Amino acid sequence: MIPESKLSRLLEKGEFVVTSECGPPRGTNPETIKKKGELLRNCVDAINVTDNQTAVVRMSSISASILLKQMGLEPIMQMVTRDRNRIAIQSDILGAAAHGISNILCLSGDHQKFGDNPKAKNVYDMDSIQLIQTVKLMRDEGKFLGGDPIVDPPKMFIGAAENPFADPFEIRVPRTAKKINAGVQFIQTQCIYNMDKFEKWMEGLRERGLHKKVYILAGVTPFKSVGMANYMKNKVPGMDIPDELIQRLKSVPKEKQSEEGIKMCLETIDRLRKIEGVSGIHVMAIEWEEKVHEIVENAGLLPRPVI
Amino acid sequence: MVIGEGKPIEEILSMISDKKKLLVVGCKGCVTVCSAGGKKEVEVLSSTIRLARAKDNNPIEIKEETLERQCDTEYLVLMRGYINNYDAVLSLACGAGVQYCAEMYKSKIILPAINTNFVGVTEKQGIWTERCQTCGNCILDRTGGICPITRCAKSLLNGPCGGSSLGKCEIHKDISCGWQLIYDRLKELGLTDAYEEIIPLKDWSTSRDGGLRRIVREDLTL
Repeated sequence: MIPESKLSRLLEKGEFVVTSECGPPRGTNPETIKKKGELLRNCVDAINVTDNQTAVVRMSSISASILLKQMGLEPIMQMVTRDRNRIAIQSDILGAAAHGISNILCLSGDHQKFGDNPKAKNVYDMDSIQLIQTVKLMRDEGKFLGGDPIVDPPKMFIGAAENPFADPFEIRVPRTAKKINAGVQFIQTQCIYNMDKFEKWMEGLRERGLHKKVYILAGVTPFKSVGMANYMKNKVPGMDIPDELIQRLKSVPKEKQSEEGIKMCLETIDRLRKIEGVSGIHVMAIEWEEKVHEIVENAGLLPRPVI
Repeated sequence: MVIGEGKPIEEILSMISDKKKLLVVGCKGCVTVCSAGGKKEVEVLSSTIRLARAKDNNPIEIKEETLERQCDTEYLVLMRGYINNYDAVLSLACGAGVQYCAEMYKSKIILPAINTNFVGVTEKQGIWTERCQTCGNCILDRTGGICPITRCAKSLLNGPCGGSSLGKCEIHKDISCGWQLIYDRLKELGLTDAYEEIIPLKDWSTSRDGGLRRIVREDLTL
């Protein structure tokens, strides 16, 4: 357990946790992120702050995380290895910890081709698994990658993402095992729509006892409309959206689609809670933060535990 | 081999717009094999330049030459007798050849006629693909003979990322996922256990980050 992290303490206690996420603004106004944070207060246990997601330039994840922390919220700072080399990564980890940020999500990041700077040079001095190792080394051994000791090492609860729907499927369990061996403590998954495949992945984790070595937070994203579902199916890398879900959304009138999307999301959460080894959910209501409270409430997950 | 590709003719014409006498020099090495800078390409490019300049009422005198290689002084030196008769040299060699030519002929303007793209292979007639990013620290023994630095768009040493779908990379449907290739190959070789070993942080100092790279073989130096 990492006592500095509320998320870690809740999971350790056996609570079924709820996390959500905030995308930082494409500008300098701190109120934008604070407003999003306020919408999530009291309905989630921790809030992911994305790091230039889809490779589009935004306010830095570290500074937006600090803003949330100052509001008394619990940020999970996402960090991608696309934009920083090992010097900047270690430096930012120290800086984040100095501001009381105690959760980090280690990611490789979306390729710059998808963003607003497709001509940028990517860094990838390390990958997400090596980032997990780096944070663990700094925290547990109190050392920099170069071997020098760290005065006051950063106390970070280490997370990573996993996409059970990416290919090849057969390595998705071994890849999770690799992340666990590197030192990951919690995993947030890609949005789950193909429940059968997710259950198969969880079964694979259980067969190897991996569900006891890492907390799995299952990712859900409510559909706002058929248009959004189609966009996610066809344009977002790594998404697996069965056709019958889109058909179901199509079967209701347009003005009722978002309501139906939320209903589907609640059904998913209900199923996820019954799966052995799922320790919580991660609600990614993309630019729809105002709906998170309703989802969590209707899922019967309120009030959130106080620790 | 080093794979290159001719620059757009407009770019070349703009580089030489004020030159009246031009030495166009090809290379019989890699760029001949990949049809970017051999004798044939020297002829075609020279004719194109002559035609374009004649059309613009700005004729140009061109000498065509193709050296054995431009990355060795013993061949570059062969131009010594006539190079000064020309305003500039347009080299169809790779970046190394162009630079070595410039190093030897310090007072001469040496211009590149091709872009040097990558170290790769001839996949099919007319199709070349990259295989090596010359990182100087080969790990092909661990990855089934397939290079993740080159084949993965993120150069992940412990891939694939979550964007691998049906064997393809998230960045383009025509690009194979390097890690899918690696995993398939490890499976063929019965080495899938190797997949779970974490490949540690790479020492990039042998790569592009370490300044000019140099190899000295005492057994070969004179």
